[in-house]
Amino acid sequence: MDAELPSLDRRAFLRAFGMASLAAGACLWAKGSLVSPHVWAAEAEEDPLLLGRPLVRYPEKTDLILLTSRPPQLETPMKYFAQAITPTDAFYVRYHIYPPTAIDLSTWRLKIGGHVEQPLELSMEDLKTKFPQASLVAVNQCAGNGRGYFSPRIFGGQWANGAMGNAEWTGVRLRDILSMCGVKQGAVDVTFNGLDRPASPTVPDFVKSLRVSRITDDPDVLIAYQMNGQPLPVLNGFPARLIVPGWYATYWVKNLSEITVLDREFDGFWMTKAYLIPDTACGCVQPGATPARLVPVNRMNVRSFIISPQNHGRVSVGRALMLKGIAFDGGYGIQDVNVPTDNGATWRGAQLGRDLGNYSFREWSFHWTPPRAGEYRLMVRATNGAGESQPAAPLWNPAGYLRNVIEQIDVSAV
Amino acid sequence: MKNLAQIFWLILVLNFAAASGAQQMSIKLPPDNAAAQVKDGSGDDTVRRNCTICHSTDYIVTQPHLDAMHWQAEVQKMINVYGARINESDAKVIADYLAKNYGPQERKKEEKVGGGKR
Repeated sequence: MDAELPSLDRRAFLRAFGMASLAAGACLWAKGSLVSPHVWAAEAEEDPLLLGRPLVRYPEKTDLILLTSRPPQLETPMKYFAQAITPTDAFYVRYHIYPPTAIDLSTWRLKIGGHVEQPLELSMEDLKTKFPQASLVAVNQCAGNGRGYFSPRIFGGQWANGAMGNAEWTGVRLRDILSMCGVKQGAVDVTFNGLDRPASPTVPDFVKSLRVSRITDDPDVLIAYQMNGQPLPVLNGFPARLIVPGWYATYWVKNLSEITVLDREFDGFWMTKAYLIPDTACGCVQPGATPARLVPVNRMNVRSFIISPQNHGRVSVGRALMLKGIAFDGGYGIQDVNVPTDNGATWRGAQLGRDLGNYSFREWSFHWTPPRAGEYRLMVRATNGAGESQPAAPLWNPAGYLRNVIEQIDVSAV
Repeated sequence: MKNLAQIFWLILVLNFAAASGAQQMSIKLPPDNAAAQVKDGSGDDTVRRNCTICHSTDYIVTQPHLDAMHWQAEVQKMINVYGARINESDAKVIADYLAKNYGPQERKKEEKVGGGKR
């Protein structure tokens, strides 16, 4: 299993390190040597994109990387992806408008109305007692995860790769609720609104929609009131949020309060003006180009990450170590995870961890013994059950969605 | 003994939470990141007065350093798409300020970002 991995391009390594090292006054780089250990410790965590972004602790959350304060956008540090299930308090936060800050379950109701026979107002008690409970493990990933790495750069939330997480979601099947209401003939779209509110009346409220068929055909579209066995944190959607497994998080409406069945296509702002991707197979265009036609973002593409060792970490020559990470896709399930060997000429299969379902992160591991001192570039590529994989060159689109390039990290063997 | 006292209080608090059935949830959000102020410069007041109605200034300072055309388009997007109520003269002041203080001349600092690296 021991393999020679493609060694790092020293220039690229210096590019990534040079400035910070110089700033620290400790650029001791020379062939076969390393920057001094105390400087290294500071740089090991370093990603230029994350420079200057503090760790902050928001209500019910642990220390997360602050992207923006208001509305809150908090990013999960990569170390939390060492396990398939992301701890609830480390799960990222992303609001477009202001989150609710007080919710009273004694008055909260989930209202379902519109083009239905029987509108309903369900309490939390109703959700828990009138419908069969359903659970599944699913990845929730922001469509703009990794936008900060796009080139050419793009305005918008400058996420690194921490706008994702994987949890066990428990609640009720949305189609069970819809059948209790009795969807009328001619229904087309279903809209979802939460308790979050815009700063002023001229700002569009955050409302998303799904086709009725997306819900009725799929028993896994849930209204979840639990995350990893506990009530949801407010900033992750308390008291209930929509779960659309396999699809980007923009559809997973938080602090859910209102579901409306429409007899026409929903033409709201967040479906027709935002979260649009090029209508091409990859959802991408040539970098910098303007797409001819746009469609709403939908199913997630394949991604995989190396979580251990850390980027810019140090490993020991001649000592076997385990490369570890996660892979996921939009619901076909991860089939293979491969790591390049023989300077990239062949890719060898990693061992896959426990299967938590097609919508979950899949842990993977790969034995590797660094054969000699030097710098190594490590990569990982996953393939899903439909044969879809990851590109070597990053895709591009004008809003900075769908990033899924083959990820790489640089480590030094000493 | 100190530990025992802590455990006692913890149990008391947990019991209270269980008895209330978590019927009411309230959170207090921290103030805007004080370290993410926009730079001083001509028009900075206009930027703060208008832009911070909807979002904290870290939305501005974390953006890539694109050119005047992009900043102008971004301000127009805030008005026409996101519903910001900014009058025409303020919009021009804001776009000029952003291009001057967050334009391509600042880009050197971020050239290291890119590729498949993280």
